[in-house]
Amino acid sequence: MSDIPEEASGIVKKFLYVNRKAPHGTIYALESLEVVLIGAAFEQDVSLAFLDDGVFQLVKGQDTADIGVKNFSPTYRALGDFEVTKLYVEKESLAERGLSKDDLMEIMYEDEDDDWEEKPSIKLVNRTELAAVMAGQDVILSF
Amino acid sequence: MAYELNGATIEADEEGYITDLSVWNQDLAKLIAEDENIDMNDEHWEVVNFLRDYYEEYQIAPAVRVLIKAVKKSMGKDKGNNKYLYTLFPYGPAKQACKIAGLPKPTGCV
Repeated sequence: MSDIPEEASGIVKKFLYVNRKAPHGTIYALESLEVVLIGAAFEQDVSLAFLDDGVFQLVKGQDTADIGVKNFSPTYRALGDFEVTKLYVEKESLAERGLSKDDLMEIMYEDEDDDWEEKPSIKLVNRTELAAVMAGQDVILSF
Repeated sequence: MAYELNGATIEADEEGYITDLSVWNQDLAKLIAEDENIDMNDEHWEVVNFLRDYYEEYQIAPAVRVLIKAVKKSMGKDKGNNKYLYTLFPYGPAKQACKIAGLPKPTGCV
């Protein structure tokens, strides 16, 4: 089991997982999500970025029945339970694909430091802001 | 490996997690629990049912840390703690209860 006691944790680094591919045509999106979930056990400062076709990963109402693969999109809504609460979505990538915030799933987390108030995990950022987020990371993993 | 239930063979992986989640039923759960030396009572069922609901909603079997937090949120801190859940499922609440619930091995367990 990956049940690591808090006192055993060492240095906390800032990890950013960059998602740039559509969810179901390749294995990248699911692999990225699984690495995020497994990595969450190590209590690092984890953020996710969604840009290019990666923004499709968060589109609501996905139905994979006809293509014979698992619809793992509901799992993004469990990220808050894993203390992964920063999902940056690039505005330009949404706009280029005719999408808006309303096309995305509602993904919430409970803020431990604010009386467990429910807050949205998705943060819309423009290209310049996302570049700044990337510049502030210790580790960037691209999928 | 595989389970034998009422003359039917139910496929499972080498650790005993069933491979076709749709064939699960309560009798199968009891059989898997027997293999784990667990005598299912209402408290066990409560956790197993909670896990099935969690999987239904999020398509994921939670790791133990997440399970404990989610149980705490849903059933209160008397049940959402290590001691209570490990008393019910001594070899790991997430691992054992997921197996009995007919779910995959929790993500994040090695």
